Amino acid sequence: MTEKMLEIEDLKTYFYGDEGVVKAVDGVTITVNKGETVGVVGESGCGKSVTSLSVMRLLQDTPGEIVDGSIKFEGKSLLNLSEKEMRMIRGNDIAMIFQEPMTSLNPVYKIGKQLEEAIKLHLRYDKKKARIHAVNMLNLVGLPRANEVMNEYPHQLSGGMRQRVMIAMAMACNPKLLIADEPTTALDVTIQAQILELMQQLRNESNTSIMLITHDLGVVAEMCDRVVVMYAGEVVEESDVYTLFENPKHPYTKGLIGSVPKLGQDVEKLDSIPGNVPIPTNMPSGCKFAPRCEFAMDICWKKDPVLLETNDKHACRCWLYQDQEKALEV
Amino acid sequence: MLQYVVKRLIGIIPILFLVSIFIFLFVHLIPGDPARLVAGQDATLQDVEVVRQELGLDQPIHIQYFNFISGIFQGDIGSSIKTGRPVFNEIASRFMPTFWLTFWSMIWAVIVGLLIGVISATKRNKWQDYLGMFGAVSGISMPSFWLGLLLIQVFAVQLGWLPVGGLESWKSYVLPSITLGSGVAAVVARFSRSSLMDILKDDYIRTGRAKGLNEHKVVWGHGLKNAMIPVVTMTGLQFGFLLGGSIVIETVFSWPGLGRLLIDSVAFRDYPVIQAEMLLFALEFILINLIVDLIYGFLNPQIRYD
Ligand SMILES: Nc1ncnc2c1ncn2[C@@H]1O[C@H](COP(=O)(O)OP(=O)(O)O)[C@@H](O)[C@H]1O
Ligand code: SF4
Ligand SMILES: [Mg+2]
Repeated sequence: MTEKMLEIEDLKTYFYGDEGVVKAVDGVTITVNKGETVGVVGESGCGKSVTSLSVMRLLQDTPGEIVDGSIKFEGKSLLNLSEKEMRMIRGNDIAMIFQEPMTSLNPVYKIGKQLEEAIKLHLRYDKKKARIHAVNMLNLVGLPRANEVMNEYPHQLSGGMRQRVMIAMAMACNPKLLIADEPTTALDVTIQAQILELMQQLRNESNTSIMLITHDLGVVAEMCDRVVVMYAGEVVEESDVYTLFENPKHPYTKGLIGSVPKLGQDVEKLDSIPGNVPIPTNMPSGCKFAPRCEFAMDICWKKDPVLLETNDKHACRCWLYQDQEKALEV
Repeated sequence: MLQYVVKRLIGIIPILFLVSIFIFLFVHLIPGDPARLVAGQDATLQDVEVVRQELGLDQPIHIQYFNFISGIFQGDIGSSIKTGRPVFNEIASRFMPTFWLTFWSMIWAVIVGLLIGVISATKRNKWQDYLGMFGAVSGISMPSFWLGLLLIQVFAVQLGWLPVGGLESWKSYVLPSITLGSGVAAVVARFSRSSLMDILKDDYIRTGRAKGLNEHKVVWGHGLKNAMIPVVTMTGLQFGFLLGGSIVIETVFSWPGLGRLLIDSVAFRDYPVIQAEMLLFALEFILINLIVDLIYGFLNPQIRYD
């Protein structure tokens, strides 16, 4: 029996805005096992970031709210924790890397101070020990001149270097789970490859579980054990990474994969699927992918298919693989 | 850094030179005749002419300007037409009261304004925010002569705790600095609120929270220093304005400061005093600008001094 690190179950996170309710995440279930790297893929706006911010409970400054579902970390519910207990977990047991390396570091403080902060807080090191640990982390993420970088400000570093600093910061307290929200998207291709290599190396050394959010299928192919494909706030397909590339089922996944994945193949720019993600306030009834699906049938417009595990650990949300007769009767 | 300061200080000279021309022209454009005022109401035209010659006001204006400037270079900025005392002494005795009044007003105003701003920004749309912003709007819209008179009525006349006016002890500072600072506190509060609210949406704030920092550390540690960057500029400007001496407040509180000296000297067409005072304001503004730039660089490491 594999040990479960993170269990997101039927998570619903809605945004309450002027134009109505945006169901950014609408019943998402994702499990990350110990030592496993799970990829979460999908076009921009499908709810990947909101899912990860929900896990960290970092939605307090947005109009977003977790309205239903549960999030368990090592078996204990995160949604029931007090804010104080949650702070003991953030940056300690669960760490996060963001998409925007250029703006994710505070421009007015030196790198060293920003790195030491979490180390002092969670590991309770004194100033001297924290500094040594911070330098070690910078060395670990392959930053040259680690000692000097400690005394530099973010604007003195390139995007790739800043992302290394963010990774060092995230890994500093030896987290059990790392949530990486498109960690390479903002970087150019050669730097992307270096950062991925670094993440692979760190994972192999530390056995950290990773939830890797990306819209780059090449990254998924290279890094992940399992993949969750999201569309419009829902999971539409889930399987191990081999099966997904060998035998994709959902028409959306098929469209995403299209050709052989390679690094830098960006779902964002993929034009093999015509149309756009539906506007969240105006979701079609039935299958949310129907307006763009070449296989769409009558039932697809009427009734939302469920996420069904078809055969061993391969789940798919599509009427093509489900008993339509039965569904129509209900 | 030191090099930068020296460079900026040298740069002040040509600016002041230019400013002095404008001031000189401006002062001489004020309608009215100082010679007539000095000579008195029943002086004859001849008497007035004699006085005019004594004061050097019969010379063509560019000669007058030249005399004024060469005087400055010799360390002599002339004497008051009204009192005959050196302008330097006239201004020096008035500068410190205005300076300290401004200083204490700014100190409390910035501290209180920042506190209100930060609390309002973090308790957005809660009662603390509404209360803070209600106070700020009142502070901005309440005319200072009215606030001053109100304070005098309550704390000086009725309760007798504080003096009605003048400058005798530290107690004399209390009411005028409350009056003078309330507008500044209000502006600082509103400015820091909106600045901090913007900053709190930034990505590095989210990073701070994701590290497990508490809200206190996120706001005061990571937010405030960034939010201060625009606030410092605004505060510096306010300081510069107030250093000129508030005419209204100095009048209400009979304060022996630069503001009242300015009205008196304008009323008497005391050209040398007006000129010197305006030149001093210009110099103060330039110096404050320099200080603001230095604080700016201290707050924002992306600024380089070269
Ligand atoms: N701060 C916010 N305010 C309002 N709506 C938001 C906010 N953040 C996200 N959303 C909504 O949630 C949806 C999903 O966003 P997100 O999770 O960021 O997508 P992505 O998969 O690209 O990471 C967006 O389409 C948007 O409508
Ligand atoms: S349910 Fe119908 S519309 Fe939706 S993906 Fe499957 S075939 Fe296409
Ligand atoms: Mg995103």
